[in-house]
Formats: sequence, structure tokens, C-alpha cells
Amino acid sequence: MDADIIVIGAGVVGAALAFGLARDGYKVKVLDGKNRDLRAARANFGLVWVQGKGADAPAYRRLTHQSAELWPRFCDELANTAQVQVDYANPGGFHYCLGDAEFENRAALAERINSTAKTPEIDMLSRQDLEKMVPAASFGPEVTGASYCRLDGHVNPLQLLDALHKGIAAQGGSVLFRHPVSDVKPLATGFAVNGPAGTLTARYVIIAAGLGTPDLANSHDMDVQISTTRGQILVTERLDPFLPFPASGLRQTAEGTVMIGATQEHTSDRGVSVGSATTLARRATRIIPALASVRLVRQWSGFRILPPDGSPIYAQSKSAPGLFAAVCHSGVTLAAAHAAIVGPAMINGRLDSELSDFSDGRFHV
Amino acid sequence: MSYDVVVIGAGPAGMAAAVQLAKLGISVCVVDEQPAPGGQIWRGVERNATSPVFKALGEDYQKGSSATAAFHAAGIDYQPAAQVWQIEDGWKVFLTAEGKSRCITAKAILLANGAQERPVPFAGWTLPGVMTVGAAQILLKSGGMLPEGDVWIAGAGPLPLLYATQLLELGGKVAGYIDTSQKPSLKALSHLPAAWRDFPGLMKGLRWIWKLRRSGKLVRNTRNLRATGDGQLRQIEWESNGKTRKRDVGVLLVHEGVVPRIHETMALGCDHDWNDQQKYFAPRVDQWGETSRKGIFVAGDAGGIGGWKVATVSGEIAGLGIARFLNIGIDAEKLRREAALDDGRKRAMALRPLLDALYTPPQTPIADDVVVCRCEEVTAGRIREAARASAPDVGAVKAATRCGMGPCQGRQCGYSVQALVAEVNNLPVGDVRFFNIRPPLKPVTLGEIATLQDVEA
Amino acid sequence: MFRSVMAGLKEQADMTVYVNGVETPAWDGETVASILLRVPNVGRQTPVSGETRLPYCQMGVCFECLAVVDGVPSVQGCLMPLKDGMRIERQRGRREVGQ
Repeated sequence: MDADIIVIGAGVVGAALAFGLARDGYKVKVLDGKNRDLRAARANFGLVWVQGKGADAPAYRRLTHQSAELWPRFCDELANTAQVQVDYANPGGFHYCLGDAEFENRAALAERINSTAKTPEIDMLSRQDLEKMVPAASFGPEVTGASYCRLDGHVNPLQLLDALHKGIAAQGGSVLFRHPVSDVKPLATGFAVNGPAGTLTARYVIIAAGLGTPDLANSHDMDVQISTTRGQILVTERLDPFLPFPASGLRQTAEGTVMIGATQEHTSDRGVSVGSATTLARRATRIIPALASVRLVRQWSGFRILPPDGSPIYAQSKSAPGLFAAVCHSGVTLAAAHAAIVGPAMINGRLDSELSDFSDGRFHV
Repeated sequence: MSYDVVVIGAGPAGMAAAVQLAKLGISVCVVDEQPAPGGQIWRGVERNATSPVFKALGEDYQKGSSATAAFHAAGIDYQPAAQVWQIEDGWKVFLTAEGKSRCITAKAILLANGAQERPVPFAGWTLPGVMTVGAAQILLKSGGMLPEGDVWIAGAGPLPLLYATQLLELGGKVAGYIDTSQKPSLKALSHLPAAWRDFPGLMKGLRWIWKLRRSGKLVRNTRNLRATGDGQLRQIEWESNGKTRKRDVGVLLVHEGVVPRIHETMALGCDHDWNDQQKYFAPRVDQWGETSRKGIFVAGDAGGIGGWKVATVSGEIAGLGIARFLNIGIDAEKLRREAALDDGRKRAMALRPLLDALYTPPQTPIADDVVVCRCEEVTAGRIREAARASAPDVGAVKAATRCGMGPCQGRQCGYSVQALVAEVNNLPVGDVRFFNIRPPLKPVTLGEIATLQDVEA
Repeated sequence: MFRSVMAGLKEQADMTVYVNGVETPAWDGETVASILLRVPNVGRQTPVSGETRLPYCQMGVCFECLAVVDGVPSVQGCLMPLKDGMRIERQRGRREVGQ
């Protein structure tokens, strides 16, 4: 065997699973795709986000909470093993509301979520509250307030990916780049993972290949269903720190740049459009008009991975036990849970008992 | 606004193409970054006609007067002082001028946006006091600026010699000249008087080289040039014959050739070829200057370095090519033959292979402590480290280090990062792809984008 | 670091600009970038380490000539011709957003 565990996919989902398993002492190999493959992990907005997620999916909401709570320790571990700073901060986060209707809708959502929580999860902030909390910014006249969740935070997603890769290596694992996979074959014991770069064998295989997951997994009696939308993101020049709180769609990074995102588009085109930049810039400048003088430096797009009900899928092959699949939308938020909870549950046979809500079986009832 | 053709760049190629198109009755708009036509070679040529620098700038420069006059006479719509920040299929050209953005549509686009000097990182190249020879020459053309103090030039190719000549003509001084060309070096030039496009200029250059030699100001066979200083250039040092030499310096001007501007064609997804001798990418074009994307044409140095004469002819050819593409019922082949454009190009290109062979880019590895990405201040060492821990992919290195993420968008570090990734992975440089070029092509304000009218989301 | 040949030839400058608030004579054809090279302490400070830079390329591709021009930050100086009365200030590191 070349490894105890092979993880197909070196994005933030695969790498976080592998990082956790390497820490637990397994010999892991992570296989990355071709240079031009779609990589959601490199297009990410960088939120570690709780508010609003899984409003109607209690298990997803629970896992998201657990992950957000695990994040500070996960971040320390990463920094210690990989020697990479990932600029993680969790001051809580906003969802800005423009106009009364947006505020009322948001308040209704907050109330629905809070009504099923032990302690209130989302606070509604008035415009005056916002002005006190963000003294360096001047809000546009349409800003009526924001929802606030103290569990929310943000991170540099590119540094996170780099840290995970380095952390895997530092713990005896390896990431093999330009190692695309064409299929997985069950052996008497374990699996053979085949591709143009050669064949590797391992006792367990986890497919965390983003949009490529269904092709690899579903021939092994799994039912991984995902759709996708394109999201475009803008990033500005570096600015003096003035936004201490990340918000959905608007955050200032540790370097000082402001990220503005993200569109929801049904297309398979990899490009970006001025039209979408206009949409994003309009909303951002309605929230903070002074952003109008700030220069856009880069615009890019990525593809979200969306299971039909929004919740992650953690599946095990029924015909080939030991072969798993993991796909989700929130790879950054769930990274801590993937490392500490999901990976170990797979390898220790606890997926059915602990994470059955996320099985692929849920799609054919 | 809508035109048959938008020409980007008002240098020799763009002006020649626009004049050709206008002559054929095709509606054309020329968009240029500069406030007046001429490109970098003829920058400020109209304004300088009455300036004392005009004579010193030489005959090639003075020829720009007739080219810009012909351009104006053709009655072409011209948008100076405008930066193109995005080109979308269709074709839509988004540009900003005087703080406002707008969109011009066209059936075809000609990219005639020229070249930039090849950035070659070395220790201290970010210090105030260090700049390119081309930059110094542009300063001369823009208000007659001359460098002061102990001025040193370090570089290879005709431009540093031309500039030095112009500088001396105007009463400037050069304290020293480090010839960084590889063998055959300056000596080869004396066998190639024709290699100079401007013969009197060449003779002056040669005379000056001889003068330099006699004065001991010409330094050759050097290694490891470094610029040092405490936040300001104070000294340069280099190794020669195993010894380290130091000189006090006020201004250091560097030059290692020029490379095409490829951000536009890269962003448009045009196919590019690697020129391994000159170490640059150039868009692949057909005999009419059309790229792999239908309706996108390239002329002049943007399609491969050839100089202004080649640029002029290639602009005329691209003009005919666009007319052919627009299918307006002209016989482009016939016009091309009648104007003997191919002969003209051949003549203009005759010496290019020789020049390219004489002045090949330096291949010295960049030391680990040298800043490669000027915007994000990323050193060669960090880029190597990231390259060792990732795929042979500049995109992965960019993601891990932020190199290429600043406002210049990789225009200064692109080829160096590519070379470092190739070096670490032991690959031929041309096998490593360039950065994935993201919009906007030039930084534009969010306010300008937010107030754009009639854009589809 | 630089001076204009005009300075020795013409009796009077073509215009006056204000550099960090100081009246400065200037010449036709000059850009904001050439002012940065003629007048001390106006070259940008980078938003990364804060070190000082001066214009490098003069042709719009290095972004070392960023300056605050008539109150607008991050203007590419080499693409901005001087105008009489123009105010040019140093761009210091990460710019402020303003209110």
C-alpha cells in the first residue's frame, strides 16, 4: 500500500480531511488535479460563517456551530504545524440591510433561527448600533441596520489552503500535484486509484474532488448529487483598516484589501463580466459610498458546490466500504469540523452513527 | 458609441492602421493612454517640435511628426488620455477617461498597444534612484528632464546607447556605463552599422563608446550588479575579474530589452507562442494580424518586438486585414500587393534576427533576497519556496505568496515568476504558463463601475 | 534627481503646481511622475512595508508613481499631464477610504 488513506482532491475540503487524519497518525496522500482544473478553494471569499446557514437543516446548523467553535484551536494547530499565518479573526459578522424591507426580512429570519436555538444566535443591529461599532466607515443613507452573529469570522482562504498543504507535509503526509484521477478500483484489501500519473493504492479512499466527485463516486453505488452556480468576486487596492467586522459580501482582509462578492449565476462559463462587477459595485457603494473612490484591482469567478438541499454530503460506498465521498458548499467554515470530526468518523466507522443526516441516501426517499 | 473598429494605441502601428482604415471608409476610433499621439517612441513629438530637445532626440524621433500629422489629417475619432480596462466579447471596450468610464462597441479590435521594458530584478532595483533607461528617455520627451548627479547606465541593446547619446547632446553627463550584454557585446555593433535604424545616431553612439573606453567609463564583463542605499540609491557594486567594485551613484538607469504587452491578448484568451530566444510570449497571429480570436487583431510590438518601422507596416497590413474581415468588398490582397507591404516588412525586419541574437535576455538566476514582485514585495526566495511546495503553476505560487496580485497585475514580475517556477521544477521556461490575467486590465474605481449605464448583469 | 533643460533656457516656468503644499514651477509636457522625481519626499510609500518608491517605468506598467492628485488617491502619475494649479501629495501606504 502506498498510503493508509488517499484523498482525491487537494482543495480545502480534501486538504482539511487529510490534515486531520495525518494528525491522527495516518499516512495520507492527497491528489491534486491539473493546473487548469476548477478550484473553488482558490476562488473563495474567506468567511467562516454561521449566521443563516442551515436555517432549515438542524444537523447542518449544528455541524456549522461545532466547526466555528473548533476554528480557533484548528487555526493554532495549523500555525504550529505549518508555520503559516492564515489571518483568522472571529469578531462576529454582519449582514447589511438596505431599506426597510431587507431589514424586516432579515429580522424575521433571525427570529426563526433564534426561536430554535438555546441562546439567541443572531442579533438585529440598528443603523445607530452599526455606526458605533464601525466608527471609521460612513454608511449610505439606505443602510437600515444589519444582522449580527458573534460566531462569525473570516480567514485568508489562500493562506488556509497553503497552510493545510504544508501541515499535511509536516505531519508525514504528502500532496501530489498534477495527479488527476480517472477511476478508483476496489482491491481485495483497499483500493487502487488510477490516473495518467500512475496508480496508487491505499486502505481507504476519500473522494473530495469538488465538482468532479459524482463522476468518481457514483459508479461505486453512491448517490452524490451536486449542482453549481458561478460566483464573481471583486477585490480592491489596500486600504487603511476601517471595517473591523466581516460581512456577507463585504469584508476587509488583513492586508487591507476589500473583497466584494458574490454573484449567483447559472452558467458554466469560467469568465467574469463587467455587468456583474457593476451589480457588486453598486451594492457595495450603497452600503459605504466612500468605496466609490477606491480602485478595483482584480475580479474573478469560481463555482460553488451545491448539494440539492444545501447540506454537505458525507457518504460511504455500500458496494465498496472504505471508499468515501465528501462534498459541501462551505469548505472554509467546515474545515475545522472536517479535520476533527468528519475525517475520523469516516475512518473509524462512525459515519452512520454520528453523521447519518449527511448521507447520500437522503436523496431517494 | 459604436464603430466598425476600435484601435487601442496611437503609436506607429495604431496610427498607420487607423489611417488605412479611414482611407477605406471604415469607421474607427483610436483609444490611447497618452494625451497626444505617437506612442512611446514618438512621445510628445508634436509638442517637442519647437523644443530644444527635438534635435537631440534624433531623426527617428523627428519622423514621428509626419506620422502624427497624417493621423490628424485623416479625421479619425480619437480618445486620448484613456485607459482600456476591460474588453468583452461582442466586442465591447470599456475605458476610463477623466475619471469616468464608458463602453464603446466595435465589430473588430486592433490591439496596437506596444511594448514595455523587460523587468529584470536585481538587488536594490526598487530603490528610489533606480529606473529604466526607457523611463529616463520618456522623461526627456516629457518636459526635457535630464538626470542629475552621478548617472550610471547598466544595460544592453541599442536603447541605452541612443539615450546616452541624446543625453550628452543636451549637456547631460554620464559617470559610467556598464555593458551587460553577453558576448558578442558592444564590439559586435561596430561590425553592424546597419543594425542601427538611425545611422547618424549609431555613429554618435559608436563615437561615444570609443570615448567611454578611452575615459575608462565603460565597464564590461560584470556580474552581480547590486544597488545599495538607505531608502535611496547611494552606491552600486558589481564583481569584475573576481573583485568587487563600488561606485557612488545618484541615478542608475537599467535596460534589458523590451517585451510585448500581452495582458490584453492574454485576458481575451488569444493563443500565444513562446519566443525562447527573447524569452517572451507573443500572440499568435495570421498573415493579416488576426489572433486566434476572430475579430481581434494585433499590430506592432504588441505582436512581437520589431521596432517602429515594422510596426508601421504591420499596422497597414492589419488595417487591410480588418477591412477584409469586415467584408466591405475590397480586394485586400491586391491592395497589399500594390503597396508592396510585404517587401516593406521584410526590409524593416531584415536586421531583427541579428539584433535578437546580439541582445538576448540575461539568464542569471535571481538571488533569494531580491524582490521580484515590486507591488507585493515578494522575494525570489519566497517564490522558490512556494514553487517547491506546489504544482509547476504560476497560479499556485501567486495564491501562496500574493506575487502578481498588486496593482501592476504581474506586469513587472510575470516573467520572473515564470522563470523561477521553471527553475525549481527543472522545466523549460516556455513550458510554464503565464499568469492567468484577470480583469480589470487597469485599476478602475468602484464608483466608475457602479455608475456604468446599460450593462447587462 | 532630475531637472528640466528648460530651466536654463526659459525665463519663466510654464505653470505652477503645488507639491505637498509647496509652490513648484513646472514645464509643459511634464507629468505628475516627473514631479515625483524632481521634488523630494513625494514618492509613494508602499502599502506593504511602507518603504519609499519612485517612478520606475514611466509607461503605465509599474504603478510606482501612484500619487494623490487634486485629492484623488492612487492616480498613475506617469499618465497624468501636469496642469497649472494642480495639487500633488504623497501617497502614504495604505490609503484611507475617506468619509
